[in-house]
Amino acid sequence: MTDVPAPASPPFRPSMLIYDRRYRSLTFQVIVFILVMAAAWWLVDNTIRNLALMGKNFNFGFLFQRAGYDIPQTPIPYTSDDTHLRATVVGLLNTLIVSILGCISATILGVIVGVARLSKNWLFARLMTVFVEIFRNMPLLLWILIVYAIFTEILPTPAAYRGENPEWSMIFFDHVALTNRYTALPTLAMTNDPGSLDLGARVTFNWATIAFATVLIGGLLARRAIKAWAQRVQDRTGDRPTTWWINLAIMTIPSLLLIWHFGLHLERPALTGFNFTGGLNVSNALVALWLALTLYTAAFIAEIVRAGILAVSRGQTEAAFALGLRPNRTMNLVILPQALRVIVPPLISQYLNLMKNSSLAIAVGYMDLRGTLGGTTLNQTGRELEAIVLMMLIYLILSLIISAGMNVFNASVKLKER
Amino acid sequence: MTKTVFLGTVAAVALTTGAALAQEGSTLQQVQQRDELNCGVNTGLVGFAAPDASGNWTGFDIALCRAVAAAVLGDPNKVRFVPTTGQTRFTALSSGEVDVLARNSTWTFSRDTDLALDFVGVNYYDGQGFMVNRELGVTSAKELDGATVCIQTGTTTELNLADYFRANNLSYTPVNIDSNAEGEQQYMAGACDAYTTDVSGLAATRAAFADPENHIILPEIISKEPLGPAVRHGDNNWGDIVRWTLNALVAAEEYGVTSRNLEELVRSSTNPEVQRLLGTTDDLGAMLGLDAEWARRAILAGGNYGEIFAANIGEQTPIGLARGLNAQWTQGGLLYAPPFR
Repeated sequence: MTDVPAPASPPFRPSMLIYDRRYRSLTFQVIVFILVMAAAWWLVDNTIRNLALMGKNFNFGFLFQRAGYDIPQTPIPYTSDDTHLRATVVGLLNTLIVSILGCISATILGVIVGVARLSKNWLFARLMTVFVEIFRNMPLLLWILIVYAIFTEILPTPAAYRGENPEWSMIFFDHVALTNRYTALPTLAMTNDPGSLDLGARVTFNWATIAFATVLIGGLLARRAIKAWAQRVQDRTGDRPTTWWINLAIMTIPSLLLIWHFGLHLERPALTGFNFTGGLNVSNALVALWLALTLYTAAFIAEIVRAGILAVSRGQTEAAFALGLRPNRTMNLVILPQALRVIVPPLISQYLNLMKNSSLAIAVGYMDLRGTLGGTTLNQTGRELEAIVLMMLIYLILSLIISAGMNVFNASVKLKER
Repeated sequence: MTKTVFLGTVAAVALTTGAALAQEGSTLQQVQQRDELNCGVNTGLVGFAAPDASGNWTGFDIALCRAVAAAVLGDPNKVRFVPTTGQTRFTALSSGEVDVLARNSTWTFSRDTDLALDFVGVNYYDGQGFMVNRELGVTSAKELDGATVCIQTGTTTELNLADYFRANNLSYTPVNIDSNAEGEQQYMAGACDAYTTDVSGLAATRAAFADPENHIILPEIISKEPLGPAVRHGDNNWGDIVRWTLNALVAAEEYGVTSRNLEELVRSSTNPEVQRLLGTTDDLGAMLGLDAEWARRAILAGGNYGEIFAANIGEQTPIGLARGLNAQWTQGGLLYAPPFR
């Protein structure tokens, strides 16, 4: 055998950038990079030139000017004398309120519908199919408008509750009034108000709220400790002590004591003048938006849940049955834990969608971030570019936070491979 | 595949850029090249700007657009009406989507300066008021404590409302709505106790109700709302054209020039001011970059200011607005066209 000399690599020629497989991908990457940068540069340059042409500049000073307009729903104290920045924060909180409410209710409804769609009851399963297909296949905006219109046109004005023999009367033992403007709910009032914790910027937390939260968290921790203790006793003696009454006592007695201490009671709304006062008026805009977002997103979540359950092979169920597990426990201990790892990643997308879809609030005049910063503030100050850029940034950050949070949750439920 | 899509996008962006850059040049040239005037108007306010049963736009603001189109393009029908909401109107103007905005817009300091608009004049002196159902038994805005009030977002009325209730130490719940039609629907359903906007707008809205007699406009006028056409900053010649078209309509009424006697006055008038207005002496049109007969066409489009007012919102129409502040200065009103010379 004779040594075959390695062929000398040919000298580099520019055409090799295209024809030589070793360089080709690099060439294209460089070209695409340059084009992307050029496009970005063009966008920025075009914006700057056109702003100059219109005699406008780019600054966020308007956020610190007086807003001058009122907002119907203010989670933190706000008057028209406050700044546009505070109006923006109010809008952001309103976005968060409807998004969080929507995510919770859509998940509950979605899981129920998704599981029900797999039910052996033919009629029930088909009804759920109809639900999913109706709500999934029509634009969300239409649903929001339909729900809102139903509230506005069918429910009575507050005046219908007036007089000796009113046309409408309050429901739930005279505590709740449905009107075409809002639902008047009773509020919690205290005879023995402990005052509030001032967080600055006129944001306050009532001490009673903090006390209840502390008691609740303490109760949950105590329950865990008791469970661990019961486990230890069971391991040692083989008998598990009865703990349900201890748990019940831990969860209820401290709360009842607090209720007695603060003199907590319901204050029912009363019709004075044009509107109900003294209670909490939840505007129909919020309820309509929440309901529409819930129904629409629940239809998608139902499909995700169904897909997740179907992804767990039938053999798992049979194996669980063979071990003597009842159907209920099979679902809870075998199927759902495995289904969750299929369900959670697409669920994240649904939560993100819901939060972004909540910006359709503008259609019913619910003052969310789009309604304050992207609506009235933008209009009164004429700072379109700044307001839109800021709004995009806020939505982006919100999405990233939700995404990060759900990814942590996903990591905890996904299949742990060893 | 991805790269093809990307290159396609870049090409599309590049093409739109070309189109955007071609828009530069004076507004007059653009309008003449396009042979059409883009006029931003209300989405629907009977008497001011609303499409009629056959889809033709009519109204007080529409007439001004038509007059400008007649002066510039020679044909009052060469107008494309762009319906804008309270929220989109100024963006539509500053982005060049419309050439002139005639949409019951209030002339304010910040809009004139910070929003980079030029209000070229006032075509209607208005003020903000409240409309309520007669059943409520309310006779004054001061009795509206605790009421729910429908309000169009993005308007000066929103700020006036907040200021008025604050100054009078009254509370209220705003219901934010996007257009007059939506406001009407909410008000009629009783979702708000009172509807607030400019009194002219309230009268126009009420005229469209099935039972206008059951709704009253409260006596309080809580603000000054000089409504007028606006153009963009930076093109003074175009601003002059719109301003003097409006002035020509006002002056025509003052000098008794109507769409009916115009032809005759062109031949016979000996009043030098009328002669200059109608372009029979001194070529004022050339100073605007138009021909000598620009004002004749503007007046012929829909008549002089008084004729336009009477035909669209005057006392003979369902809207039934009195001239009031909008009478000529010689009649005790505020309309006062600068001299044509």
